[in-house]
Amino acid sequence: MKLVIEASEAVALGAKLSRVKVCPMYPITPSTHIPERISDYIFDGEMDAEMIHVESEHSAASAMIGSILTGSRSFTATSSNGFELMYEILPILSGMRLPAVMAIANRAVAAPINIWNDHSDSMSARDQGWIQLYVESSQECVDTIIQCYKIAEDKKVLLPAMMCLDGFTLTHVFENVDLPAQKKVDSFLPSFKIEDKLDVKNPKTFGPIGFPDSFMELKKQQQDSMLNALEVIEKANKDYAKEFGRSYGDGLVELFEMADAEYAILALGTICGTAKAKARDLRSRGKKVGVIKLRCFRPFPVESLRKAAKSLKGLAVLDRHISLGAEGPVFTEINSTLPKIKVFGYIAGLGGRDVTLDHIEGVFKDLEKGKQSREWLL
Amino acid sequence: MVLKEVRFHGRGGQGAVTSSQVLAVAAFHDGKFTQAFPNFGVERTGAPIESYTRIDDGPIDVRQHVYNPDYVIILDPSLMADLDMTKGLEKGGLVIVNSNKTPKELGLGKFNTKCIDITKVALDVIGKPFVNIAALGAFASLSGEVSLKALDKAIDERFAAKGKIAALNKEACKVVFNKCEEVK
Repeated sequence: MKLVIEASEAVALGAKLSRVKVCPMYPITPSTHIPERISDYIFDGEMDAEMIHVESEHSAASAMIGSILTGSRSFTATSSNGFELMYEILPILSGMRLPAVMAIANRAVAAPINIWNDHSDSMSARDQGWIQLYVESSQECVDTIIQCYKIAEDKKVLLPAMMCLDGFTLTHVFENVDLPAQKKVDSFLPSFKIEDKLDVKNPKTFGPIGFPDSFMELKKQQQDSMLNALEVIEKANKDYAKEFGRSYGDGLVELFEMADAEYAILALGTICGTAKAKARDLRSRGKKVGVIKLRCFRPFPVESLRKAAKSLKGLAVLDRHISLGAEGPVFTEINSTLPKIKVFGYIAGLGGRDVTLDHIEGVFKDLEKGKQSREWLL
Repeated sequence: MVLKEVRFHGRGGQGAVTSSQVLAVAAFHDGKFTQAFPNFGVERTGAPIESYTRIDDGPIDVRQHVYNPDYVIILDPSLMADLDMTKGLEKGGLVIVNSNKTPKELGLGKFNTKCIDITKVALDVIGKPFVNIAALGAFASLSGEVSLKALDKAIDERFAAKGKIAALNKEACKVVFNKCEEVK
């Protein structure tokens, strides 16, 4: 069904279509419309799920441990410092191999207090063992939430996944969405089954201590599963395309006008849309430019990136976060992945600063000149 | 059709964000692709609010704010004392103002400006100064970018759960539309 809805509603509908059973929620701007919509669906009897009004984000994440262990597909959403309050529980969900799915409405982390978009919340959690997918549009929101469950619950993966969407810049945008039919989603995403679950008749301990003689093996298993996730994400993208007619590159990176591109911009989320619009404009003036959208940041898709960038003369990475004292984290990783290509790193769009067509044009000019004029797109 | 951009100016609580969203849904009913989004500052009643709608025949990629609108819709001209509402307006772009004054009196004589007393229509039809939806009637008539039929549908959907509000807003929208057809 085609309609115009807010991206936050697209996220909520993604959870509803995935037949989520438990939603422990603690609203925070700009993620708030997501629990609001889910609350509506439950109240109106359209969604058969339990909304738990928890007392903090820490509890929201903790409640998911329990709910998933009873075999219930679970979902939550958060932003910024609320997300940071979940921090203690993030590696517990991943270490216990629980396929939670969470939407992060990306927002700058205080101080100073700022409700607007950047990636400082989710980027700071890149080592917590969660799959991270960054999306660009409302359509991609609904499609990706459904795919997240497919990926996270795959036996080769069994890891939690977060879908990151830009706060306000995407969460509050109304736009065209083609909503998948429930019946088709049901056949794409079978109901959730957990092998070992909480059961009063058969009590077990979950998440016990891991001694030095087993801890490293368990971490290696997590790493192996993360790397397995690369092909599972690709397959989910391909299978989704078969069922619903839409795909996002190979699921890991999405390429725009890259076939003969000499220069490209690599970014995450909504910046990619503006970069595509500018690349189209520059192409009409004869410039061979393209855009690489890094959809999957964890696991890091080294092979897809090497393939995408192999004939480039120059690449610019736009980070919506800075690892203070170092550089943009995406830039760092791209640089080490593509040692033969000249890569410029830019810090852009922190705390809601608009990333404009002019910014993008300036970056393409830098690439063409072979000289980076600045590092901060102020 | 090339991408068209609309910027709404209003005060917090006046419904400029809703205007931009209802317009987006209406454009969708006309078969278009759209985007509507607010430029949120600190959300207080009475504070200046900007909201945007983009309309195109195909999918819209760009995500920057609207800097060079083809259309500016001013719901509350008293904001003009402090804000440059024609900033970045495309050459030949249209300014629609809710006012009983003339463009010249408002200092907008050099722009393609149309003044319509939407507040009066809203008071007559709705009984309250709700101008945000009625203003879309002016936009439909003066721009031709969206049909009145599609607006009616979008208004019905938006206010489905609010009793008479949908009917009253549709009526106000139509009255403003017809007024604009006369002065066009």
